[in-house]
Amino acid sequence: MSESKTADLTSVAMTPRRNSRMGDTLAYWMPKLVLSPTLIIVLVFFYGFILWTGYLSFTNSRMLPSYDLVGWANYVRLFNNERWFVSLRNLAVYSVLFIVICLAIGLSLAILLDQKIRAEGALRTIYLYPMALSFIVTGTVWKWMLNPQVGIEQFVRGLGWETFRFDWLVDPNFSIYTIVVAAVWQSSGFVMALFLAGLRGVDDSIIKAAQIDGASRFMIYTRIIIPSLRPVFFSAFVMLAHIAIKSFDLALALTGGGPGVSSDLPAIFMYQMSFTRNQMGLGAASAMIMLLTVVAILVPYLYSELRTKKHEH
Amino acid sequence: MNTNPNRRYADITGRALLYAVLGIMAIYYLLPLALMIVTSFRSMDEIRMGQLIDWPTQLNLDAWRIAWSEAQIGARSERGLQPYFINSMLITLPAVAISTLMGAVNGYVLSFWRFRGSNLFFGLLLFGCFLPFQAILLPHANVLGRMGISGSIAGLIFTHVVYGLAFTTLFFRNYYVTLPGELIKAAQLDGAGFWRIFWRIILPLSTPILTVCVIWQFTQVWNDFLFGVTFSDPSSQPVTVGLNNLVNSSTGERRYNVDMAGAIIAALPTLLVYVIAGKYFVRGLTAGSVKG
Repeated sequence: MSESKTADLTSVAMTPRRNSRMGDTLAYWMPKLVLSPTLIIVLVFFYGFILWTGYLSFTNSRMLPSYDLVGWANYVRLFNNERWFVSLRNLAVYSVLFIVICLAIGLSLAILLDQKIRAEGALRTIYLYPMALSFIVTGTVWKWMLNPQVGIEQFVRGLGWETFRFDWLVDPNFSIYTIVVAAVWQSSGFVMALFLAGLRGVDDSIIKAAQIDGASRFMIYTRIIIPSLRPVFFSAFVMLAHIAIKSFDLALALTGGGPGVSSDLPAIFMYQMSFTRNQMGLGAASAMIMLLTVVAILVPYLYSELRTKKHEH
Repeated sequence: MNTNPNRRYADITGRALLYAVLGIMAIYYLLPLALMIVTSFRSMDEIRMGQLIDWPTQLNLDAWRIAWSEAQIGARSERGLQPYFINSMLITLPAVAISTLMGAVNGYVLSFWRFRGSNLFFGLLLFGCFLPFQAILLPHANVLGRMGISGSIAGLIFTHVVYGLAFTTLFFRNYYVTLPGELIKAAQLDGAGFWRIFWRIILPLSTPILTVCVIWQFTQVWNDFLFGVTFSDPSSQPVTVGLNNLVNSSTGERRYNVDMAGAIIAALPTLLVYVIAGKYFVRGLTAGSVKG
């Protein structure tokens, strides 16, 4: 083996000089050359476009982009806009409920599944499959099930409970909660998968030691295991917050933002202002607020990720 | 300890309760899908007369036929979801192939051919995983127009490649950094160059992450609605947009059986991928989240 290696080395050394220098230059630039399309994409299509959207948010663009600056006018109009406030309040209600319920269901299911369950694989598959569906499909199904005339309300009444009411879908005060119901159905299995992976990573020796000390199973979970899952909580939170802020298709398919604008969300507001209402400047301003919200959640997350990594070294 | 009969009794009821809760949750997740399937086989008469949860009296395929090739969706001349489904295929397959291949090469460079600034570049790229697309929609529409591909299948492929690169690069980079660097050094000593090492050594080792990446991208692109509705015209709309138009077209009576058949048609490819390769699907989800 060592012989063949030396043979190879000499053959490299024997290749003509000029040729190898050209090859060297090419070899030096090749990695950079290969990355350059992606570099252009990142600089232009990510950051350049963000700046461009930012610029548009300071212009009086309507149907077409205009480049006449109007200062903060769009932001002032945005925060004087009743509908924008409704969508922000909805986003707050929706994301808090969505995140809390998903975390609760996800953690509970993961703990229950972690008790050496038979058919764990099959159950996991069932809990997680909604994640493979498009939000449009989820919205279509739940729209039908939540429709009081044909869905769950009608079904329960048919069973004999004549006064049963479950008409959130058509009630402006409750329509936003239907989006929570459908979104939790779609995403909670994913949170379960995250927590289950975290549980499998918990150090067994600590648990054994606690058992020897006579700690009850409940104590072991609340005092040792769940606190050690903090990083999982954190990344699940970031993923869920990200899903919530971007929510567009689910709300559009399920309620269309209605009745009225009662279940409007910033993503729908942005889309309609920019593409159907000819209020491009206002749409750009709302997009920038959405971006800032994501950044505000992301920066502490990345900061703590980097910090824990430094501690590890 | 388990010899104490009371204790054993408690253990058994505890287990039964545990399985009961897990079973109820399984029903909760499965019920909407089951209802979708059952309803799609019922006739409209049955639905009007009957209940939400009811077996079809006979297997009725009308709803599937109508959803696939007969329903009038919007103002299109072609009928049914079929043309939308074909569009989705035409968009998804090239977009997945291109973005995966680019991600593989990017990850290869960022793991084995680092240069000054390559880590900064990776950091800048990673933000793309979290970018709310609303912040780029307006300029992107403008640029697609200038490139002459707005409203076309090519434009949608391009869009999905551009905004899929952050995730595909992340997948491959995080997988490649776990491979030993000696692999490359030995090959270099043997005189293998950049591409030779990639094709002969790295790519053959990449099957697991290739699977994860292809499944992730397939699901993302197929299920996309925002790009599909913003950057398409009627001739290039994907199936998610078609389904939404089918369900929300306001002419005549709601045909729930057709809606449900349509929803299953739109969901079938990703469901199939999930059932066949669920393990890799989960790995993609967690890889995307744990190392964001």
